[in-house]
Amino acid sequence: MPKPKIAFYWCASCGGCEEAVVDLAEDLLGVVEAVDLVFWPCALDFKKRHVEALPDQSITATLLNGAIRTSEQEEVARLLRRKSRFLIAYGACAQLGGIPSLANQFDREQLLRFVYAESPSTTNASGARPQMSSNVNGHTLNLPRLHQVVRALDQVVDVDYYVPGCPPPPKLTKAALGALLSGKLPPKGAVLAPDIALCDECPRKDNKPTDLSFREFRRPHQSPIDSQKCLLAQGLVCLGPATRAGCEAACPAANLPCTGCGGPTSRVRDQGARILSSLCANVAAKEEREIDTVLAGIPDPVGTLYRYGLARSLLRRRANLPANETAPVP
Amino acid sequence: MVDSNLPIPGAAAWTPRIVAFFCNWCTYTAADLAGVSRLKYADNVRIIRLMCSGRVDPQLILTALAHGADGVLIGGCHPGDCHYVEGNHKMLRRFRLLQRLLADLGIEEERVRLEWISAAEGEKVRRVVNEMVAAVTRLGPLGLPRRRLEWDRELQHLEAEAEMPPRAGAEPVAPAREEVFHA
Repeated sequence: MPKPKIAFYWCASCGGCEEAVVDLAEDLLGVVEAVDLVFWPCALDFKKRHVEALPDQSITATLLNGAIRTSEQEEVARLLRRKSRFLIAYGACAQLGGIPSLANQFDREQLLRFVYAESPSTTNASGARPQMSSNVNGHTLNLPRLHQVVRALDQVVDVDYYVPGCPPPPKLTKAALGALLSGKLPPKGAVLAPDIALCDECPRKDNKPTDLSFREFRRPHQSPIDSQKCLLAQGLVCLGPATRAGCEAACPAANLPCTGCGGPTSRVRDQGARILSSLCANVAAKEEREIDTVLAGIPDPVGTLYRYGLARSLLRRRANLPANETAPVP
Repeated sequence: MVDSNLPIPGAAAWTPRIVAFFCNWCTYTAADLAGVSRLKYADNVRIIRLMCSGRVDPQLILTALAHGADGVLIGGCHPGDCHYVEGNHKMLRRFRLLQRLLADLGIEEERVRLEWISAAEGEKVRRVVNEMVAAVTRLGPLGLPRRRLEWDRELQHLEAEAEMPPRAGAEPVAPAREEVFHA
């Protein structure tokens, strides 16, 4: 019997999810033994035409990481969707838009201007900008179009399962591959991680106060952090209460607050609004001015509350930004 | 500015749609009082009664806006008068950060308003509703479902090539995942 075919692909992400696959360490050998890798451009030399040559639905599962923000990523996502029985959004960017989707606070022109002209580290005297088409030595080179909007994978194609995390912990990756290979799969659309809040697996859970009361919010670099005490009780913005478990509270265990990469549990529709609700309700101040003083300890609400999920939030994007002016109008 | 703010050709004249979350003990009773006193106010608000302004999860406010509301009004008891002691303080704290968050996401301050209205203040319900309708009328439609459709047009140039079932995000508001919502 032929081995099941597996593909890995990388869209708008940092490469950490590819690392996470390698983080399976010697277990990776077991995976390689059990499957036929048909596409993994980051590690092995496959071309798009090899995938195009495969019959539809012939890849058992594709694990795709990264958000979708170029026409090329959209095209490959659609191609892999067509060729795969199961398409898995692997990691926070594919599941929720991830850190790249914080770009949804700006339009394309603002982004390009900052990166190619205004950022303090930019040296670009000629004001060069990437062109979609350019001539080099008589050859035409083409670049994909940069979308105005960064999207999670399921905002572009149908997705079967989600593996959360930035990057997904090896344990979840192994469990996901195990489930795919054994065929023991949960209902379509499931997030392949425990459906409980991160606090539930946090080593500091036992001393989490029942009544939190914030007099100030501290940021991790501002003062020493007690390594045992609940981080919320220390006034740190820890997203544990609104974040899905599965990482064994890796950040709190390393003395840093949770930043929410596990995404929401199934009971939460909008992770940012949910943690905002929880944090603010427990601010001690009652007068408007005092409340504002405490909340000034969260200087960037969007970046803090939606760090990994602006694309998949209820609002998705800054409301008054333009749509793609050159897209065909139906 | 995107053309979402222009009137939709052929559509009836636009007037704001405002979702109002009123607390059972004060503001909802005040709205009742406005009714029995035959005070007339703009009919653009859809009032939803909750037990306390402290029950207004920010997810409810964002959901209303994401589904096409042009504004959200929250009414609670005056500070010190909350039936549940400090639900209205909790709302105020959430509101202060939510306003900053919404400003960062390009939603004008006047679209979300928090007011303390006691059960005796039917007149204030009228004033606040009329003021808010006027302010949101000046701003024009928020129209997030329509904006999302416009944003997604950049995807459709490849849609014809891929013979795929309709993708879940294609409808203006339907989330791809099952809607399980326990705030």
